[in-house]
Amino acid sequence: MTVADTAALTYDNRTAFAEELLEIARVDERVVAVCNDSVGSSNLVGFRQEFPDRLINVGIAEQNMVGVGAGLAAAGLIPFVCAAGPFLTGRSLEQVKADVAYSAHNVILCGMSPGMAYGELGPTHHSVEDLSWLRALPGLDIVVPADRHQTRQAVRQAAAEPRPTYLRVGRHKVPDVTAPTDPLERGRFLLARDGGDVTLIGTGTLVSRTLAAAALLAADGIEARVLNAAYIAPLDVEAIRAAAAQTRAIVTAEEANISGGLGAAVALTVAALGRGPVVRALGLSEFAPTGSNDLLLEHFGLTAPAIAAQAREALAG
Amino acid sequence: MMTAHAPQVRAWRETRTAVETASPTEQAALLAEQSRLIRRSVLAMIGRAKAGHIGGDFSVTDILATLYFGVLRIDPARPDAPVRDRFIMSKGHCAASLYSVLAYSGYFDPAELDTFMGPYSALNGHPNRTKVPGVETNTGPLGHGLPVAVGEALGTRLRGHDSRVFVVCGDGELQEGSNWEALMSAAHYRLANLTLVIDRNRLQQGARTEETNALDPLEDKLAAFGWEVREADGHDHAALLGAFAPGAGPRPVAVIANTIKGKGVTFIEDRVEWHHKVPTPEQIDLALKELA
Repeated sequence: MTVADTAALTYDNRTAFAEELLEIARVDERVVAVCNDSVGSSNLVGFRQEFPDRLINVGIAEQNMVGVGAGLAAAGLIPFVCAAGPFLTGRSLEQVKADVAYSAHNVILCGMSPGMAYGELGPTHHSVEDLSWLRALPGLDIVVPADRHQTRQAVRQAAAEPRPTYLRVGRHKVPDVTAPTDPLERGRFLLARDGGDVTLIGTGTLVSRTLAAAALLAADGIEARVLNAAYIAPLDVEAIRAAAAQTRAIVTAEEANISGGLGAAVALTVAALGRGPVVRALGLSEFAPTGSNDLLLEHFGLTAPAIAAQAREALAG
Repeated sequence: MMTAHAPQVRAWRETRTAVETASPTEQAALLAEQSRLIRRSVLAMIGRAKAGHIGGDFSVTDILATLYFGVLRIDPARPDAPVRDRFIMSKGHCAASLYSVLAYSGYFDPAELDTFMGPYSALNGHPNRTKVPGVETNTGPLGHGLPVAVGEALGTRLRGHDSRVFVVCGDGELQEGSNWEALMSAAHYRLANLTLVIDRNRLQQGARTEETNALDPLEDKLAAFGWEVREADGHDHAALLGAFAPGAGPRPVAVIANTIKGKGVTFIEDRVEWHHKVPTPEQIDLALKELA
């Protein structure tokens, strides 16, 4: 297999999520799954076959689903509450706030198929507000794995040290951007590539795209640092401050609304320094038109060439 | 986090033992005395804080006294014991009565009740489990307690624990859709270890429930959702003790506790304006005389 062939391989993170969840469920009987009639879309068919009593399907009832998750955690279990991102976060936002984050119940909320993964199904089914909404909740970790390896690690860590967590589990197929042994440290960005001219911070689906943008910039002699923001909360303030001190511009890229997500978090951190480089936040600021996930990423300028162009402009001042 | 108050835990244990060994008449008298103390405490707390929800506190008082001094298998000295009965106050705005019964059970020093809603007090206007031992989950927005109780009932059963889960909802609170999602789930999962107590005082913040968004026929609705439904006078401790007995199974049990909002003080009883009106010092004196 050539390097080009390897680069073309992409994976649905839900597969890694389901496999890892099943593996930890086999060794820790406290692990349970909760869902809203999403056994199939959350890839829980295998879990149900092996642990029918530990798969709690509450039906199409997201408020109850999150409350039930909190109660299971209160009873000493480790619940992974799985539902399509838009409904998990939007429909039950008050439950996420009061029952999980504020109550400090150790529930792992798994937002499946986030971003614009549901493409043509439209903005009702897009989960692009989740990062803004949930970043407003103190005490809630937000984890956005960039590939299948990080997805596995995120599931393992959540079970090993359960705490109130939102885990964004992508459906849009992505290439590997980490090795299975790369660390996934709570509250830390992962340095995906080093560079001293501009910093590109991507999260989830956008990590591979920012890496590809960095390769395009390198062809122009621009060295880009690429940070993989696998944790949005807690935020890696240290890495952002270092980027602000050591590079001349920061470009963030996320498959989410920019009003309160990663870009906003980075911009606030840089602004607090009182001086620093320009920050450009790439993401969504309006409801998406009809189109596939790929088309919509292109529409909103979330492709490698578009990210590279934004970096060049930012550097040009 | 506050810690258990040993002298009060001892006092609670003595009362519990007395209730368990007493004749039915004596049981009711012992529980009624705890209710009287809770109502006096609530009055003092709300008077001092100049805020609170006295009407709902008084309608739920006898339910709380019966549960904590006659039913729940708990150890206030070990609030996190893995195997324990669990109680969730879904109508979190009635925190003053909950805090009073928790303090009198010894979960924390009753002297803390004086700080109710004061600056930096653990005793917020709505209960916070990270600050107050004995609180199972944070409530305040309505319609949250029952889903969490369903999860706890499922979870304790999955763990093989012999635990019962009780949750008190206000009747107006049943207008929240999340409760009906949870009612369906509880029946579907045959949660015989779950008891929902509905504080049926027929008043909500703005008006009577039946004038706002009618709940009746409530018994029929709950039965149609697959619950074993019981009705009881929510101020009759003996009746409540009976109603809180385990169900025959496999259905969850709903107790419609018919109550009077503001019960115990004549000028507060069944008056909509006393949802969260604060009594004047003169009114507190009058009320304390009625609760002497």
